[in-house]
Amino acid sequence: MLTIADKTFQSRLFTGTGKFSSAQVMEQALLASGSELVTVALRRVNVRDRSDDILSHLDHSQFHLLPNTSGVRNAKEAIFAAQLAREALETNWLKLEIHPDPKYLLPDPIETLLATEELAKLGFVILPYIHADPVLCKRLEDAGASAVMPLGSPIGSNKGLKTIDFLEIIIGQSKVPVIVDAGIGAPSDAAKAMEIGADAVLVNTAIAVAGDPVAMAGAFKMAVQAGRMAYEAKLGITGAASASSPLTTFLDEL
Amino acid sequence: MSFKEIFEKYSWQEVRESILAKNTRDVEDALHAPQRSLEDFKALISPSAARYLEPMAQLSRRLTQQRFGKTMHMYIPLYLSNECTNICTYCGFSMNNKVRRRTLTEREIMQEVEVIKQMGYEHVLLVTGEANQTVHVDYFKMVLELIRPHFTQISMEVQPLDQQEYETLIPLGLHSVLVYQETYHKDEYRRHHPKGKKAHFHYRLDTPDRLGRAGIHKMGLGVLIGLEDWRTDSFFTALHLNYLEKTYWQSRYALSFPRLRPFSGGIEPKVNMSDRELVQLICAYRIFNAEVELSLSTRESEKFRNHCIQLGVTSMSAGSKTNPGGYIVAPESLEQFEISDERSPQAMAQMIRGGGYEVVWKDWDEGLMI
Repeated sequence: MLTIADKTFQSRLFTGTGKFSSAQVMEQALLASGSELVTVALRRVNVRDRSDDILSHLDHSQFHLLPNTSGVRNAKEAIFAAQLAREALETNWLKLEIHPDPKYLLPDPIETLLATEELAKLGFVILPYIHADPVLCKRLEDAGASAVMPLGSPIGSNKGLKTIDFLEIIIGQSKVPVIVDAGIGAPSDAAKAMEIGADAVLVNTAIAVAGDPVAMAGAFKMAVQAGRMAYEAKLGITGAASASSPLTTFLDEL
Repeated sequence: MSFKEIFEKYSWQEVRESILAKNTRDVEDALHAPQRSLEDFKALISPSAARYLEPMAQLSRRLTQQRFGKTMHMYIPLYLSNECTNICTYCGFSMNNKVRRRTLTEREIMQEVEVIKQMGYEHVLLVTGEANQTVHVDYFKMVLELIRPHFTQISMEVQPLDQQEYETLIPLGLHSVLVYQETYHKDEYRRHHPKGKKAHFHYRLDTPDRLGRAGIHKMGLGVLIGLEDWRTDSFFTALHLNYLEKTYWQSRYALSFPRLRPFSGGIEPKVNMSDRELVQLICAYRIFNAEVELSLSTRESEKFRNHCIQLGVTSMSAGSKTNPGGYIVAPESLEQFEISDERSPQAMAQMIRGGGYEVVWKDWDEGLMI
C-alpha cells in the first residue's frame, strides 16, 4: 500500500492520458492498467465541462485525477494554472510540470522549486516533475512537496532508466515517495525502477503508443507488481569478496 | 516529525530480540546487498555476524577507502571545565564526586591553546561538564571568539543547548557538535542520570533535531558502551542517524563508540564489550553507512588503535588530556576518564603514515563559514 499525503493506493502504477488514438482506447487501457492515479493535462481538457471527451472517460470511481501543468513556462504561470485546476476539478492535487524548453520538455528546476514553495503555502498536494537531481529532490521535500517525480530519461523517449545511479541516491535519501516519471519505455524498465525501491512509476507514452495499448497496460501492471515484490523480497547476492591480507587476526593477540 | 516520535514507536525488548534472532543467511544478505537497510544493520551487529568478522573488515576497509581515501583526520580535546551539576554514575565530573573544580580563564585557555598548536593541531574539540551557572552560552561565545583565530575547525562536546543558543554560536565559528545519548534505554538512562538537567531523557534525545534546525555543519552521535546492551543501543544510534541524514540533509555526521573507562569511584560497566565486538560494530557502521565519519579516541589501547586505521575509522585523537588545564595549566587536575593510548601526536602520525595513510590536520577553513 502506498500513501501520498492523505491518499492510499493499492496500485503503484500511475498513468497518463496523452497520445492515445481515442478516448475509448485510453479508457480501456487505463482500466486494464489497474491505475488509481491518472494525470491529465490542463491544456488538453475543458476543465469547466465534465462532459469533455477525456474527462468523461475518466469518470470511474477508481481514478483519482491528477491535473498537470504541462505547457506552463514559469512559476507564475504554474501557480495560476494550479488555482484554475483546483477550482474546476475540485482537487488540490497537482503534478507540477514547468518546462520552458518546448523541444525536449525538460523541467526547469529553479522555477519548479519557487512554485512548490508558493503552492505549498496555498495548500496544494504537490508532485513535482523534475530532473533526477538528488539535491533538488531534498530542496523540494523541504519546500513541501508530497512526493518527487524524477525522470528516467527524456519525456516520451522510451529510453528507460538512463538516470538510474541518481534515482538510487534519490530513493535512498528521500522522506517522501519517489515516483519515477518520464522515459519508461518497457515493462522491464518499470520493473527495474520498482526493484531499486521506487514507490511508484508513471507511464504514458509506452502504453499509449504500443501496438496494443490495452495489452501493454496489463503488461505494465504485472511488471510493476513483480518489481515491487522483488524489492520487498530483497534481491539476492551479487559479486564476490576479494581475497586480501587478514585484518582481524590481531584480535587473537590482544 | 521529530526523532522522538519515531523512537517512541520502537520497543527496546522487541528490537533486542529481533537482533538476536538474525541468522547467518541474514548476515550474508546484508554483506551482499546493494544498499543496506536497518534490518541489515541488525544482522551485522548480531551474534551471528561474529563468524563473518574478516569479510566484514575487508568490506569495511574497501568502502572506507572508496569514500575517504587513505586518510586519517586528527583532532584533540580541550577540556575547559570540570564543573558539573549533574550526577552521572559513570563520569569523573559527576557532581557527587568530591574533588576540586575549575573552569579555565581566558589566560589559561590561551596557555593550553599554545601547547596544542605546537603539537600541530588545527581541529580542537571543546569539552566541559554541565554547569549552566558558570559554563553557559556566554562563556562559549567568549571561548569561540578567543580561539577562532587559532584553529580552522572547532567542535564542541558540552551540555545540550537550545536551538537559539546553537544559532548564536555557529556564526562565531562552531563547526560541529557532539552529543551522545549515553543510552537509548529510558529506564537505565534515568538510573544513571538521577539528578541535574541531564536527567531529562527527551531533551537530550531532541538535541540533534535542535542542531539540525539551527543548521550545524556536522554533528556527532553515539552511546556510552557499557551502560546497556551495546547491540540494541547501536541499533537506535543507527536509527537516529538514518532519520537525521534524511531530515537535516545538509549536515554531516560522525559516530563514536566510546567504551566505559574507569575513574575513581565510578561504576563497573554493566556490559563488557570485547575488542572483537568493537571491531564488529565499527565494521557494521561502515557497511551500513559508507559516508559517516567514524571516530576513535584515546580510550582504546595503542595496539587496538593501530589496527583500527584499516577497519573504517576516519578520525582519531592523540596526546589527549581529559582534565581542564591538563596540557600545561594544571596537569594534576581531575580527569574525566583514564586514557589508554598515551602516545604523542607525532608518534601517532608516524604510525599512521607508516601504515600508508595520510595524516590530515586541516580539513576546514574559516572562509567556508560566513
